[in-house]
Amino acid sequence: MTGFRTLLYKELLRFWKVSFQTIAAPILTALLYLLVFSHVLESHVQVYPGVPYTAFLIPGLAMMSLLQNAFANTSSSLIQSKITGNIIFILLPPLSYAEFYWAYIIAAIVRGMAVGAGVFAVTLVTVSVPLPNPFWALAFGLVGGGILGALGLIAGIRADKFDQLAAFQNFIVMPLTFLSGVFYSIHSLPPFWQAVSHLNPIFYMIDGFRYAFFGVSDKPPLLSLAIVSGCFAALSFASLQMIRRGHKLRN
Amino acid sequence: MTTPAIEVTGLAKRYGSVQALDGVDLTVRQGEFFALLGPNGAGKTTLISVLAGLARPDAGTAKVMGFDVVRDYREARRALGVVPQELVFDPFFTVRETLRFQSGYFGLRHNDDWIDEVIERLDLTPKANANMRSLSGGMKRRVLVAQALVHKPPVIILDEPTAGVDVELRQGLWQFVSGLNAAGHTIVLTTHYLEEAETLCARVAMLKQGRVVALDTTANLLAGVAGLRLKLKVSPDRMPPALAERATRQDDGSYLLPLARSAEIADVVVALRANGAEVTDLSILEPDLEEAFVSIMGRR
Repeated sequence: MTGFRTLLYKELLRFWKVSFQTIAAPILTALLYLLVFSHVLESHVQVYPGVPYTAFLIPGLAMMSLLQNAFANTSSSLIQSKITGNIIFILLPPLSYAEFYWAYIIAAIVRGMAVGAGVFAVTLVTVSVPLPNPFWALAFGLVGGGILGALGLIAGIRADKFDQLAAFQNFIVMPLTFLSGVFYSIHSLPPFWQAVSHLNPIFYMIDGFRYAFFGVSDKPPLLSLAIVSGCFAALSFASLQMIRRGHKLRN
Repeated sequence: MTTPAIEVTGLAKRYGSVQALDGVDLTVRQGEFFALLGPNGAGKTTLISVLAGLARPDAGTAKVMGFDVVRDYREARRALGVVPQELVFDPFFTVRETLRFQSGYFGLRHNDDWIDEVIERLDLTPKANANMRSLSGGMKRRVLVAQALVHKPPVIILDEPTAGVDVELRQGLWQFVSGLNAAGHTIVLTTHYLEEAETLCARVAMLKQGRVVALDTTANLLAGVAGLRLKLKVSPDRMPPALAERATRQDDGSYLLPLARSAEIADVVVALRANGAEVTDLSILEPDLEEAFVSIMGRR
């Protein structure tokens, strides 16, 4: 366990040392989204009855930031280690593949949760959002962070250069997060796009996370949690197999 | 019989169309200072990568202190310290953090006393809390050596540790590594500076195109090449017939004369004088590993 704990601590310290970039900057970005969207749409849109649009937006933005930063943590750490060559320091010791995986994933979840909590905290200044069901927020935050952390790990291992990673981030992660219902309820979409949204696992994370705040959601939260947990289990299995085989890590 | 420090049997590894290792058999005994030599692309780094678990062999087995590097990878890696060829570092951390992490990865907590000792012995104390980015190339190299030692491995592999390193650091490094060897650590070294291997290593393996083409004591390899030779210039430029048939004319106008023993030098000088010639320049060439290397690489 010492090896696992050390790798986890190293991964936490890595983002903490540059927390201005890894925590403060994404919080500011989310705040800017909130200011612009709430200013433009507050008086025009009401998604849930009795819930102001700004309040509706905050959990979605917090979750989106959590997910994007969980992805960024594993993917940037691994690609940097691979390109600079210091990945060798992780590959030479007797760390098991499960220790390797969980250390990276937990660090990704911690960074995602820190950013998500930060977004939530700073937005409390503008509008008060209740949190009657914190268990659901925690559960979706943990599993969602784990899923994006695992995706970041897969992308970081598979990518050989930064632009391949950027492509993964810009063409897969960003569209999936933006089109997951952060800014709207999928009930406002035409039937075809509603069906498409149901194929996006991030929709279930946002929807379930929002349930924790408003007690209403597009899908039952237990179903959403089952779906995202299934996704996490599948991605964890795939990631563990990649690390065990040494895919793109050990020749 | 004691377990060998390294035992490699029938090891093969192919990268695409390149057969990097082609049936390598090699045993390094515990406590040896062993050199692994060969031209670029001979398979040295691939062999080290397999031993370190960075590459998977296609065939054959490799063991470190009796532990199979694939099956018993955790024990094998605990027994091995590797100083990589590339000057790699993590720019986020200080020297001390880097060493603490490396120690932790090997399952060692509360290892600060040994880490401090390694820092001290490698003259890294003034830089212990400096960020890795701020270190010179030589200092970074020392940190790599320290990282390989944090878990006190019985077997240490140094992959061209002195490439691009200044003379002072090179000498300091060899003194340090010799001390480790004297303390019982098995040292395996790859280097392009053959005089280093000749001075330090008691046994040598030479690799060429993924095969071991020579494996012997340094003394035997040296004995296998041309022995003592006399290089001389004479004036006037003529050799007595008895010497002329043994001598080889060099491009710089000198003659190269093989000698059975050093006392023969006097006989040569006397024979030249008798022929009316004087020696204007003279040097004795002893066999070195470079000649053995060139001879073996050219032969097989």
